[in-house]
Amino acid sequence: MSFDEEMQAALETFVIESQELLQTMEDDLLSLEQQTDPSEAIAAIFRAAHTIKGSSGLFGLDHIVRFTHVVESVLDALRDGHLSVSTELVAILLPCRDHIALLVEALAEGQETEDAAQSQTGDALLRQLRPYLGEESAVAPVKATAPTNDPAQTGNWHISLRFGADSFRNGMDPLAFISYLGTLGSIVTLTTLTDALPDAADMNPETSYLGFEIDLQSDVGKEAIEGVFEFVREDSIIHILPPNSSIDSYIDLIRSLPEDEQRLGEILIHSGVLTRRELEAGLQQQGQPTPEGSPPQQIGSILVETQSVPQPLVDAALEKQKQAKESKARENQSIRVDAEKLDILIDLVGELVISCAAANLRAVQLKDSRLLETNAEIIGLVEEVRDSALKLRMVPIGSTFSRFQRVVRDVSADLGKDISLVITGGETEVDKSVIEHIGDPLMHLVRNSMDHGIEAAALRAERGKPAKGTLRLNAYHESGTIVIEVSDDGGGLNRDRILAKAIERGLVQPGITPSDKEIYALIFEPGFSTAEQVSNLSGRGVGMDVVNQNITALRGTIDIDSVPGEGTSLKIRLPLTLAIIDGFLISIGHSFFVIPQDRIIECLEMPSTCNNYDYMDLRGEVLPFIRLGALFKLDTHNDTAEDTTPRNREASKRENVVVVEYAGSKTGLVVDQLLGEFQTVIKPLGKLFNHVQGIGGSTILGSGEVALIIDVPVLVRHYSQREQAALRAVPQYACA
Amino acid sequence: MQTLNIEGEMTIYTAAEQKNLLLAFIASGHTLEINLSQVNELDTAGTQLLILAKQHAAKAQKQLRFVMHSKAVLDVLALANLTSLLGHSD
Repeated sequence: MSFDEEMQAALETFVIESQELLQTMEDDLLSLEQQTDPSEAIAAIFRAAHTIKGSSGLFGLDHIVRFTHVVESVLDALRDGHLSVSTELVAILLPCRDHIALLVEALAEGQETEDAAQSQTGDALLRQLRPYLGEESAVAPVKATAPTNDPAQTGNWHISLRFGADSFRNGMDPLAFISYLGTLGSIVTLTTLTDALPDAADMNPETSYLGFEIDLQSDVGKEAIEGVFEFVREDSIIHILPPNSSIDSYIDLIRSLPEDEQRLGEILIHSGVLTRRELEAGLQQQGQPTPEGSPPQQIGSILVETQSVPQPLVDAALEKQKQAKESKARENQSIRVDAEKLDILIDLVGELVISCAAANLRAVQLKDSRLLETNAEIIGLVEEVRDSALKLRMVPIGSTFSRFQRVVRDVSADLGKDISLVITGGETEVDKSVIEHIGDPLMHLVRNSMDHGIEAAALRAERGKPAKGTLRLNAYHESGTIVIEVSDDGGGLNRDRILAKAIERGLVQPGITPSDKEIYALIFEPGFSTAEQVSNLSGRGVGMDVVNQNITALRGTIDIDSVPGEGTSLKIRLPLTLAIIDGFLISIGHSFFVIPQDRIIECLEMPSTCNNYDYMDLRGEVLPFIRLGALFKLDTHNDTAEDTTPRNREASKRENVVVVEYAGSKTGLVVDQLLGEFQTVIKPLGKLFNHVQGIGGSTILGSGEVALIIDVPVLVRHYSQREQAALRAVPQYACA
Repeated sequence: MQTLNIEGEMTIYTAAEQKNLLLAFIASGHTLEINLSQVNELDTAGTQLLILAKQHAAKAQKQLRFVMHSKAVLDVLALANLTSLLGHSD
């Protein structure tokens, strides 16, 4: 990998991690006000901001560092209890988080510095933060400039750095760390030690030989300074002495470092940490180092002298370190895998399933019982492999849900309603491909519930409900599907108004009273809205039908339950994965097709009476049908598709009709043979077939033949559009 | 007087090559000058090489000067407090 590629890869990781941290930050910010003890959430928010700042520093993304630094300062004050959680503060911190997210996003698109608009937004946000910063100024930290010799400076941190020999080779640039350290405060003195640099002949230009003694003036904590060197602590010697450490600790430091005592002593005197007298007295006092006294510093540890730090703080730090270690251990139990790699794996496993079926077919033909037995075992194993491969792609739905905390907060503010979101079942797992598609429909439903479902506070009070409305998102598994519930404690659906509207629009015949469920389902009809007032969120009558379409496209269903005055609950049922489909195998001539099982109402034989028409009588209902053979221009088993004279048809085998349902209406699909149920792995079609209407994918049969999977909604829609166009075209023919 | 122009980066990626270049250059004369005006990036490895060159030249009792430091170089020298060692000296 070239340097640029490596850098690019590292940046990508940075972007992904930052986005995750920003998500945590948002979740925690939103939960701040609800918590009785928000300290943990505050700490998490602070850590997120801190880590983003730190990593940005490593990449030299000064604009992100500058902005995040101020946010971090405010969070620090919050953490230390100098500020308390308030709605106003959260309302400012949220846009700040958004701004960082924006900068990270821009970075992902290759923009490594901020543009004028961004810096303007950033500055405006920083101005809002300023009141919270107290006496601290909101000005970005000054980068270390030429070291000044100010002996009056006391109370500086002293940091000794001996970077590991392999630092450069590991991609670490010591000066970059120091430069970043400079953003935490100001570097008072810095000495670069070249003592370890060997003669030119022995010097490996890729080995790090330099050491640094730094005095830093900063009011950040130990943790922050340690954090700077997080990435190099493993093989470097790093000593951090807090301000006002005892003389002894400096002497110990001098002794433990590889360089000459006197030389280090001079540096300390020079930087004003020690006076010459103190140094000499100290060195003399410890003249004969006792065997147990200050053993050589172990590589890989950061020594922080704690003499001047109260014990409870040390304990807290240790506890914190232990937690960090534990979380690190947990991290190691999971690995980050590119979703594309998983897709490839699942694809291959799908191929494997098909090959197994082919092998099995062969065994059946050979009538070799031992081969059949072995095959059966292999098929069993392969199916297990397939299931566990599919499980790899399962992710908890919680992250999708928690996005709505923000939506609910923002929308309820817009609507002037007080609404809280309660999330349960966030750990329920579902295939990533489903998660990707569920966001938009859920968004519609959530907004709809908030806008129309939950009443205004005055009305709620009148109805004797708590002023605060509650919206619930819940998920659970149920017989091979995932159920997602969106429920509110609002006014419920107005059954009578929906029915009246449906009658008015001719969707329901007057005099017929459908069941409550059927009435509620009417809200999914295109263009159906009972809202008296069109708000800018919903009520235009678009939306619910789109939701229904989206869910149907995912092979899912929606159920509505509603109790007037008490609330509405929508249940979305979705398959756990989109990669496998329960289908029904049919054939037309020599071609095979799979129709998704959940679309099929029934199968029946084609009555001989309607061979010439495109409709039939289904127990008193008119059932229009589509002749798939003619549509796809296939040879059916009765010679040619064109030859449809009744006599010829009668002579041949009867055709069958598969009755499918789409958007509440039934359509028949005329096929030759019904071959039975068939569970299969969906393989997407190549780009070449993008324009093909009505085919949703393909699969390979055990015999090696390809079967196309019929996309019922598209097929029906496309066909009816075509027929209507043909009807319109008729008069033109007449004229010609 | 010999002059060497270093162009581009002086980083870990070029260090091995530049070490040979510098040593060869130091061996080539007695009064030496290295022009740093075209150095657009300097990291710790590069800095270390400059120090090495200075020390090596001193040991060999040769005159080595760095001149025309670019901004990238000056920034790093300021950060590492090496301006007096590696800066422009007459």
